[in-house]
Amino acid sequence: MNDQLKYYSDRVTKGLMTRREFVGRAAALGVTAAVANSMLATAAKAAGPVKGGTIRMGIQGGESTNSLDPALAASAVPTVNLRNFGDCLVNVAPDGSIENRLAESIEASADAKTWNFKIRKGVEFHNGKSLTPDDVMRTMERHSNEDATSGALGIMQGIESMAVDGDNFQVTLSTPNADLPYLLADYHLQIQPDGGFDDPASGIGTGAYMIEVDEPGVRHLFKKNPNYWDDSIGHADEIEVLALNDTTARTAALQSGQVHIIDRVEPKIAQLLDRAPNVNVKSVSGPGHYVFIMHCNTAPFDNADLRMALKLAINREEMVDKILRGYGTTGNDFPINKAYPLFDDTIPQRTYDAALAAEHYKKSGHDGSPIILQVADGAFPGAVDAAALFQQSAQAAGIPLEIKREPNDGYWSEIWNVQPFCASYWSGRPVQDQMYSTAYLSTADWNDTRFFNDEFDALLNSAKAELDNTKRKEIYSQMANILRDEGGLICPMFNDSVEGVASNVGGWIEDPNLTIMNCMAGIKCWLDA
Amino acid sequence: MHPILKLVAQRVALGCLLLFAASVLIFAGTTILPGDVAQQILGQAATPENLANLRAELGLNDPPLTRYFSWLGGVMQGDLGTALTNGRDIAESLGDRLSNTLFLAFWAALISVPLAIFLGLLAVRYKDRWPDKLISGVTLTTISIPEFMIGYILIYWISIRFGWFSSVAIINDSMSLGQKLNAIAIPVMVLTLVVLAHMMRMTRAAILNVMQSAYIETAELKGMPMLKIIRKHAFPNAIAPIVNVVMINLAYLVVGVVVVEVVFAYPGMGQYLVDHVAKRDIPVVQACGLIFAAVYIGLNLVADIVSILANPRLRHPK
Repeated sequence: MNDQLKYYSDRVTKGLMTRREFVGRAAALGVTAAVANSMLATAAKAAGPVKGGTIRMGIQGGESTNSLDPALAASAVPTVNLRNFGDCLVNVAPDGSIENRLAESIEASADAKTWNFKIRKGVEFHNGKSLTPDDVMRTMERHSNEDATSGALGIMQGIESMAVDGDNFQVTLSTPNADLPYLLADYHLQIQPDGGFDDPASGIGTGAYMIEVDEPGVRHLFKKNPNYWDDSIGHADEIEVLALNDTTARTAALQSGQVHIIDRVEPKIAQLLDRAPNVNVKSVSGPGHYVFIMHCNTAPFDNADLRMALKLAINREEMVDKILRGYGTTGNDFPINKAYPLFDDTIPQRTYDAALAAEHYKKSGHDGSPIILQVADGAFPGAVDAAALFQQSAQAAGIPLEIKREPNDGYWSEIWNVQPFCASYWSGRPVQDQMYSTAYLSTADWNDTRFFNDEFDALLNSAKAELDNTKRKEIYSQMANILRDEGGLICPMFNDSVEGVASNVGGWIEDPNLTIMNCMAGIKCWLDA
Repeated sequence: MHPILKLVAQRVALGCLLLFAASVLIFAGTTILPGDVAQQILGQAATPENLANLRAELGLNDPPLTRYFSWLGGVMQGDLGTALTNGRDIAESLGDRLSNTLFLAFWAALISVPLAIFLGLLAVRYKDRWPDKLISGVTLTTISIPEFMIGYILIYWISIRFGWFSSVAIINDSMSLGQKLNAIAIPVMVLTLVVLAHMMRMTRAAILNVMQSAYIETAELKGMPMLKIIRKHAFPNAIAPIVNVVMINLAYLVVGVVVVEVVFAYPGMGQYLVDHVAKRDIPVVQACGLIFAAVYIGLNLVADIVSILANPRLRHPK
């Protein structure tokens, strides 16, 4: 029977049989109409991408203050826009490997200090200019020179010099880094003509789509770039990105068919939405995590026992259940999970232990005055509720927590990375080195736990230069243990990205890097006819 | 000089002074908010270097007074400047947003003002009987429900269940008037429901007040039909308070609809202002503030003039 059905469904895909006819024949074989229809959908997907149409996306995180300047992109809508009109040298593929884009091939010296990127030929910018290695170097300069205002400045600091040699773009690092391609895959680093020095916000790149309408905080319309160099992406004729910041507005737009893809479906409505007709909810676990961070150099958090008491006093399973509604996994007080390459899954999971927490709390000699935890709704979705759960479970261990609720407005400048104990989130990084270098190295700008540990720093530097993965994994495991036991990070949970996709969207794949397929859903998906 | 012209001239001069005071207040308020535009742009990606570079680029290192007066100098010459956050010309982006806001306010007013006054008259006609109670009950209910809630309820029924109108009210120049009206249909309904009660109740109260007068009784004794009495004798004398409350609601439709804009993702002034306050983009906040203040001052002026024109004693002073 299966062969027979498969034969029929192939015929429908090829246009040799109508859908109605197919359902009728399937019924004759004892298959219900619902099953028959879903078989057809699968067959259509297997038949490959469908060209044409307009993919509409409703995305949270678009403001009227947004610019098309890649250096200033900080929220989801600008990032999606960058992916539509631009290309990086390399991308991080869904499986965590490096995918060459504008770089055709990559070579590293044995000490991982000198890197050679061969730049693809025959690529054109939207203004007709051909891509040259000079454009690449100028782009990197704009994001790393001393006047840079780029959000990528932090990750560009290890670069000692850059040069162009024929078709190649060469980077020399001051300290070895085996993960350099992962750093250059950062979404800010879209290659622009002359590096974007003349007109950073022109929206001209080499990407699969060209910007047509740019209304910041409202909508962005893109048209297919007919000269795009890679046929495997860019199926729709147009992509429309709508800034829908209100959760209900986003959900309603998907349900009423006005958009095909939305991001950030609230976990508490995810299951309900999945039951709605013509809509599927997709979730993918990634490196993003929600945290409570303590400054290791500020009283009372400079006391290792107090930090341990708080780590033991948080109920991680409860948080995953109640805050994430199961769309996530428990954290283990270091910022790495199975989404990262070289993750050591043998490190034991820390669990809630009120008795042991009370013991550490007693040993810390804390005077029993309330410990103030600063939190805002915007710290992460459900942050205030999570803090309340934390307060309850700490109470049971005899640790008095006081929640101080702060406004969302100004939270990232006044509270985070300023106050000694607050809620925050990290969206994660493609590799362990980058995550640790960004936030846990003594000298990191975003060392938001004020973690200064010489042994940890030395291990991190040795891992950077280590090209043997077995040894690197071992080093990372040691670092994870140090951070887990001594750091100021309380990491109760890793959150899944939950997204809503209309059932006529084809080509959806799970990508753990950034939300909505590493922000590339528009250029990679298609609409089934 | 005619007293009305004199009044207008006085009010306009006073209005300019008020606008100036408002701009000082807005500037001071935005300046004392925590964090500056450079920090807000870079957010979690801020490092000391890129912060310092961005501050220098945006001219944030000048003292606040210098920045205020250079802004004021620009405005005096009709130049609103460029947004600090994305370098766009403020007059241009603001123009689009303002016309969207006025478009939505116009259609909401066109439906709600006549409807409210008509329902008010109807309520007077059937005072204390079931139509009066029904009108009051329904309108007081809709004004008491938060507007985002009304929005969500209407979206669920009208857009998702029945599929009549769009739930996303994003409009743009390439749409026809019909498409635009389809897009704003639900927001217009929400705004109508929100402003109806205030105007309706005021109309009812003002007319009932006039209905106590002796000349209404005379008209009644002459045997004039009730609706005609209301229309010809009561309404003209009740017009001043009604116009006042109508103007307050029109001003609300222009400056106070940010919640509705968020729910329907409508590209109006409110969302534009909130985004820029969150980013501490002072020139834009100033420009929006000036427009909002001007709308209030202008509509109040209109209300006063209409009240004078409606009152023969004020129209022809001795």
